[in-house]
Order: sequence, then C-alpha cells, then structure tokens
Amino acid sequence: MLYREAGQFKTNYVSDSAIFPLRQDRIGLGLIILAAYALAFLGNSFLLQAVMIPFLVFSLASIGLNILTGYTGLLSLGTGAFMGVGAYACYKLMTAFPDVNVIIWIFVSGFFSAAIGALFGLPSLRIKGFYLAVATLAAQFFLQWCFIRIPWLVNYNVSGALDAPLRTLFGIPIMGPNATPQTRYLLVLTIVIVLTWLASNLVHGRIGRMWIAIRDMDLAAELMGIRPLQTKLLAFAVSSYYCGVAGALLVFMWYGGAEYDVFNINQSFFILFMVIIGGLGSLIGSFFGAALIFILPIVLGIVLPAVLSPFGISVGSDVIEHLRFMIVGALIIFFLIVEPHGLARLWQIGKQKLLVWPFPY
Amino acid sequence: MDILYKVFVEPFLFMGEAPDLLIQTLWEGLVSGVLYALIALGFVLIFKASGVFNFAQGIMVVFAALILVGLYEKGVPAFLALILAAVAMLVLAIVVERVVLRPLVNQPDIILFMATFGLTYFLIGFGELIFGGNPREMITDALLLPQGTTELDAFGGSIRLQHLDIAAAIIASIMIGILAVFFSKTRIGRALRAVADSHKAALSVGISLNQIWVIVWFAAGLVALVAGIMWGARSGVSFSLQIIALKALPVLILGGFTSIPGAIIGGLIIGVGEKLGEFYWGPLVGGGIETWLAYVIALLFLLYRPQGLFGEKIIERI
Repeated sequence: MLYREAGQFKTNYVSDSAIFPLRQDRIGLGLIILAAYALAFLGNSFLLQAVMIPFLVFSLASIGLNILTGYTGLLSLGTGAFMGVGAYACYKLMTAFPDVNVIIWIFVSGFFSAAIGALFGLPSLRIKGFYLAVATLAAQFFLQWCFIRIPWLVNYNVSGALDAPLRTLFGIPIMGPNATPQTRYLLVLTIVIVLTWLASNLVHGRIGRMWIAIRDMDLAAELMGIRPLQTKLLAFAVSSYYCGVAGALLVFMWYGGAEYDVFNINQSFFILFMVIIGGLGSLIGSFFGAALIFILPIVLGIVLPAVLSPFGISVGSDVIEHLRFMIVGALIIFFLIVEPHGLARLWQIGKQKLLVWPFPY
Repeated sequence: MDILYKVFVEPFLFMGEAPDLLIQTLWEGLVSGVLYALIALGFVLIFKASGVFNFAQGIMVVFAALILVGLYEKGVPAFLALILAAVAMLVLAIVVERVVLRPLVNQPDIILFMATFGLTYFLIGFGELIFGGNPREMITDALLLPQGTTELDAFGGSIRLQHLDIAAAIIASIMIGILAVFFSKTRIGRALRAVADSHKAALSVGISLNQIWVIVWFAAGLVALVAGIMWGARSGVSFSLQIIALKALPVLILGGFTSIPGAIIGGLIIGVGEKLGEFYWGPLVGGGIETWLAYVIALLFLLYRPQGLFGEKIIERI
C-alpha cells in the first residue's frame, strides 16, 4: 500500500533520470544505510567480525568483477590475484610510509592493482570469451607465483606472511590486533558505501554506457565510435581497482594477516560465483550474491546440526562440511534454473509485483 | 648482456652438452602432454556437442577414480569395479542431463559454465561424504598395469623410462584412436558432429539432443575414468587431483575448444614446453614456474591465433 509511484511527478530531466526515481526507494536506501551503521552498535562482535566485515569486503570485490564481467562482458578468472596485488601494495606502502594515514594507502593501493589489471587486460582486444578467461588465469598463476617468490613484497619477512601493523585514526586503533571489530566494521562500511556510490555513478554515466555497448556487441560499438582498446582497458583498470581495495580490506581489516594462499584461484571462482548468482550487470546483485554465497555456508553450518539432531542423527563436523558443499552446489544449480539472471532480477520482479499489489491487472 | 647470455645461450649449450638429459626431459614432457591431452579431450567432447564449458571434468576424474578404488577396497574384483565405475559415470551423465542441462537449455554460455561449477561443488561434497577425504593408492597391480623402469643407454648417458608412463601413453593413444573412429565412422558419431555444427539443424533432421548429451557426457566420463586411473597411478587418488583440470585449460586454448586433434597436439606442446622451461629456464627465476608457464605459452599462441591452433575461424558479423 505504501509502495506506490502515484503522485510523484517529474518536472525536470535530472529527476527523471535519477537512479532511484521513487521516493520510497530513496527512503528505503537511507534506512538500510542507517541500519547498517546502527548494526555496529547493536550487533555482537561475532556478527560483525565473522559475517558483516567479510560480507562487505566480498561485495566490494564482486562489484569490481561485475564491472568487468557484467557490464563490459569480459570474463575474468584473475580476481583473486588482483585482490592480492592490492593487499601487497597496501602492505608495502604502509610499512614504507608509516606516518601517512592508512586509509589513504588503502585507496592508493587500488591504483597498483589497476595498473596490473590494465596490463593483463591488453590481450582482451584480440581474445574473447572463454579464451580470455584463460588469459586472465595466466595473470592469476603468474601473480600468485610472484607473491611466493619475491620476498621484497613482504619486506623479507621470514614467515612470508602479511600482517596488519597497528595504525590509528584520531587516536583510535583501526588496524592491527587492538582494533575492535566495531571500528573496523565502521571503516569498511564507509569505504564500501563511498566506492559503491562511485561505481553507481560510473555505470550509469557515459563510461558505463560505453562498457555496456562493448558488452552487447563490440563490433557495433566500435563502428559507433567507441574505442574498444581504451574502453576495455578502462574496465580492467576500474575493476582491478575495486578488487585491489577489497583485497587490502580483506587482509588488513578482516584476517589481520594472511599468506599468499588467500589469493588463490578458488578466491577468483568464489567472487565469480557471487557475481553470477547475484546477477550480471547489477550493483545490488553483487551484494545479494555476496550475501548468498558467503553467508549461506555459515548459516548451514549452524542450522544443519540443529535440523539433523532431532532425528537421532548425530553427525561429525566433517559430514556437516561435506553436506554443506553438496547443498551449496545444489542451490547454485537451483538458482540458475529458477532465475538465470540472478537474484537482482528476482528483486526487480518483486518490486514490480509490489507496485501493483494487491490488484495485479 | 649477462642475463641475455643466461636466457638465450646457456640453456641451449647445456642441451647440447647433455643430450641424454634433453631426451629425458622431452620424454617426460611428452608423457605428461599425453595425460593433459586426455583431460582436455573430456572438455572438448562436451564443448563440441553442447557448447558447455564443463568445469566439472576435473572432479569427474577424481570421482571416477574414487569409485574404482572404493569398490576394489570393498572386495569387488578389479575389472568388475572398472565396469561398475563406467556404469556410475553413465548414471552421472543421465542425471546431469536430466537435472542440470535440460532445464538450462538455450541459456547463455556463462550460465551453463556456472552450473557445472555447482555440479563440481556437489560432487566434491558427495564424493567426500561417501569415500572420505583421505588420499588413496591407485590399484595399479590389480589392473595389470606394469611398474618398474627401464634404463636405456644412449647419447652418452642413460635414460629412465617408467613402464607406467609407456603404458599411459599407449592407452591414451588407443583411447584417442577409438574416439576418432567413433566420431567419424559411426551413426552416433555423425549425429554428434551434426549437433556440434548446429543444434537447430540437428533437431530438424530428427536427432535427439537429450540422447546426444547423455552420450557425450558418458564418453567424457569414460575419458575421465581413464585419466583418473593414469593420474591416480602417478600421484595417488585424492581431491587435490581435480586441479589438473586447470592444467588442461591452456591445452584447450592452444588447440582450440572444438578440435580433438588440437587437444592432442596442444597437450604435447604444453607438456614438452612446461618440462623444458622448468628444467632449463626455471632455475634462473627460482623455479616453480610450472604453475604459470603453460598459460603464458598458450597466451603467446593466442595472440597470433585468437581461436587456438585448430579452432574454427571466428567470423564476426553485425
């Protein structure tokens, strides 16, 4: 009843082309952001540390991959490695210039992975489809090899691991072992909101339209005057920027320290899952995908023992783990069959239905 | 200059000095190339017939090998277990066609690709649930696979040939030969090529797509079983074996997704290139370059032929 567009008239082009044309949508978005900030003070540290921070980080990485795969139509399997570049760059910058605030370095580290991403995006001009996916796999394996073999990247640290040094903002620790999940959550949330807002402006503007034109048919786009090389490389750079920032956040805001192994091929596939399940070419889909793929296994781990125990079946944790794999796999197939365009499409359909409810004719 | 000498001159001098080492490296490269080709073949079969990039091929290899070993451990005779494992792959093919492929007909490639990911996850969970996660030994003796080595004296040194490698190369060649005959001479093979050319045209002359899909998935399952036995005999049967599917990707790229001879020649190029690179140039950068060298080789070929060596020419129209 409340969700109606009746009575909202557009009187100029700016309001007509707004991303959220409905007042209810804008209010809803504001409420969601407010709730997300409120969660920092209401939620317990398990929720923040084990669920919300990684969820936000993976959402950011999914947005990055979505720009490349969903908006520009270039399939990439090197996401994990690009995240790694961001994390290693952030580590080098933080330790080389400890006086500069770490938030600046988190944003700057993305530029390093953007450069690397654009470099590995060069073959995309000639190679398309699954062939390109394998070209990005070259990036994945080569970069991961670099992480292992170049000790300079970890400052000749014997363990070969990245660790988060103590850093503060206005005297409050935001990184390192002393930072509480609450402050880290607030920081990650703010960064994700800012970057999502930027991404939204990018994909809805001229650049986003160029990407979409390239995705839909690159030959036709080229004939229309869109330069494919620049556009594709820009997509690789922007996508890798997001992945790089997400990688830095992943290591220093969530794990607090990590080895090269975090950025392996499975991480790349994991992000690709999120993008496809959430919906290709949809920013909100990235959040849905991250929520489903990341939170579902956690929920299953809690729910499965509770469901099975009343039947007198007490199962070991390994069996739960295997069942979790099976259920996640089956659910991926199920969601693809039900809605191949992802959760974002379901969300769209739901909103449409709600607009005309309760008289859908 | 020193670095140029080390990269471009020294390895070749070393090859000339010790030809036995060169032959040994080439032999090992060829053997692993044949095994890569075997895995790539499973991908090509499915891609040709249904346009699905089947990521689950790697786990199918593990799954087939696990069924074989698991049944043998339960006391089933080895060759009966082999037949039962093949039957299991047939059941898997039918189930996959029913549950996954049929509802997703006509969807974009990437969605089908994703569905095979779901399948991979499911099979990992299912396999571990039934067989447990412990690595096992492949039953080489019971399957009458030869073991031991032969030392050949040649080129001023000796070359070690593993009997198992020789057997693997022979079996893989026979397998590839049978598939080639099957595809070019039989009725089903012709139907399959028709489907590969055009789904719609094939349907219009009365070829059942569903049936063809079951057949190719079964054929890919059989290839996976053979690959599982061979890889299992070399490095044990465990779930980490599924990453060899990633090794097969550069092979596919090199040969082209749709070409069976491409898969074989691509496999040999990658296998030999990888071993030579690792042995002669690897030490220059600290070793371990096997993980990415294959991809770089494939990438270099791709820059000249974007559809792979034997792939169909890509024609783009608006």
